Amino acid sequence: MTLTVDIRHAFQGFDLNATFEAGVGVTALFGPSGAGKSTIAAAISGLLTPDVGRITLNDEVLFDSATGVSVPVHRRRIGVVFQDGRLFPHLDVAGNLAFGARYAPDEGPAPDANAIARMLGIEALMTRRTGTLSGGEKQRVAIARALLMRPRLLIMDEPLAALDGPRKDDILPYLERLRDAGGVPIIYVSHALAEIARLANQMVVLRAGHVMRVGDVTEVLSDPSMVPLIGVREAGAVLHARVAGVDAGGLTRLTISGGTLRVPGAGMAEGQAVRIRILAQDVLIALEHPRGMSSRNILPAVVEGLHRGDGPGVAVALRLGDDRLLARITADAADELALRPGLSCFAILKATAVARADIGIAGLAGG
Amino acid sequence: MLEPAEWAALLLSLKVSSVAVICALPPAIAVAWLLARRRFWGHGALSALVHLPLVLPPVVTGYLLLLTFGRNGAVGSFLAEMGIVLAFRWTGAALAAGIMGFPLMVRAIRLSIEAVDPKLEEAAATLGAGRWAGFCRVTLPLIAPGILAGAVLGFAKAMGEFGATITFVANIPGQTQTLPSAIYAFLQVPGGDASALRLVVLATVVALGAVLISEWLARKVAARVGGI
Repeated sequence: MTLTVDIRHAFQGFDLNATFEAGVGVTALFGPSGAGKSTIAAAISGLLTPDVGRITLNDEVLFDSATGVSVPVHRRRIGVVFQDGRLFPHLDVAGNLAFGARYAPDEGPAPDANAIARMLGIEALMTRRTGTLSGGEKQRVAIARALLMRPRLLIMDEPLAALDGPRKDDILPYLERLRDAGGVPIIYVSHALAEIARLANQMVVLRAGHVMRVGDVTEVLSDPSMVPLIGVREAGAVLHARVAGVDAGGLTRLTISGGTLRVPGAGMAEGQAVRIRILAQDVLIALEHPRGMSSRNILPAVVEGLHRGDGPGVAVALRLGDDRLLARITADAADELALRPGLSCFAILKATAVARADIGIAGLAGG
Repeated sequence: MLEPAEWAALLLSLKVSSVAVICALPPAIAVAWLLARRRFWGHGALSALVHLPLVLPPVVTGYLLLLTFGRNGAVGSFLAEMGIVLAFRWTGAALAAGIMGFPLMVRAIRLSIEAVDPKLEEAAATLGAGRWAGFCRVTLPLIAPGILAGAVLGFAKAMGEFGATITFVANIPGQTQTLPSAIYAFLQVPGGDASALRLVVLATVVALGAVLISEWLARKVAARVGGI
């Protein structure tokens, strides 16, 4: 699957000018509100006609302003999961799902409605009216409805933004399952980095209508020069790990390429491949192995690069085996330690800094 | 209980009103949809035109109908060549009743369309439903109670329509004498009071029932749109 987007669109306040390609797996469109994420999503689905440009999906031209091609929304076969679900209120859950299935193309095997319902945990909701569903249930039904029309591409436009924190954490495992089922490529629009770090393979970083960066999620998130764009409090690398076991004290041991991490997090099976997001602000750097310290995680590392922003902080990339960790420290400290690329040091992480929501099931291709 | 002339008036009114509502409903839905969902040049003018029968003296509407659809009228002479005569026939009464009820029908249906989130129609399109399919499968079922409410109101208005009807099709017993025309006629003759009173009670019951039913249906729209 290849989606190519090259569009320009004049908008109130700014001009959108976006060019990128998306492949298999989950591609996140990331940026603050007003960056143009949802506008791009609407242009791909056909709900918005850009001023100028070209959009293709698997070599089929969906939109081309030069030749005047614009495939109507209902012929694009691009599923959309909206922030507000948009279930049809006059139909019950089963009716909403049937609406999706009704327009699925005839050729090829029909999607297994029961398997999709099971994957999203909505089997018991079939006779419910949409007004009686919780926000999370609505979103799961909306996803199933979109999948049943056998989309060539699934766009999820801030699907969790309307849910509160615990509900988000409830629904994320379903999205991981959907991603790992691998049936349909996904464009995932979000301003929440925690979701992107857990779900996406690639990401497109947007700011004020412009594409700032396109790349692998692990690569983009561990790049110190991206910290100002991502936000100093949100920045943090994503590491691939495997669950090694549980300590007597209840901490889960995760094997990473550069050693072992001990983090809180119950209910993960031994041997399970996970991805874990470690916020840059939760990582300390020491030149010597510290002693008499409460931290459970002290790992040898090598400084790979530094990025000084406008503020008092410095983002430091640390090589940890095959993985890269990001630390954010003050410029003073960086000067005092004389941090420079190639310097050996120790990365220190407070175990409790890693929230359970920051540990997710690893997806396709180990990432 | 009712005398033959009274029965004839009641049955004629029911026939005229039913035909008027059935014929006016499709254009009323179309106009309501245009007014609710589209912004175009002449939007305000169309809205005003639709509401005109509501504020114009009914006798003026009747006279305009006579001018247009009478045997010598622009449209009437054309229709007469095809063998369709409206003036002084029950079909003309249905036309007058339909036009007088049209604004009420459009209003009720327009309100129910405006209560439907257009984003639902977008969602239907992303699922593969074309514009017409989306309208039939999403919008139409959601506004069904609103359409019924409009039909009931239009029917009640048609049952009570007098001024335009008597001007356009006169008051011919058995042919164009509807319920209100009959009441008027009974009041003109000595000893007709009892007949008039019976028809007045009948007309009141029909009108009251129609308004109550349409209110109830309008509430159904809200519940339906809310998915309860």
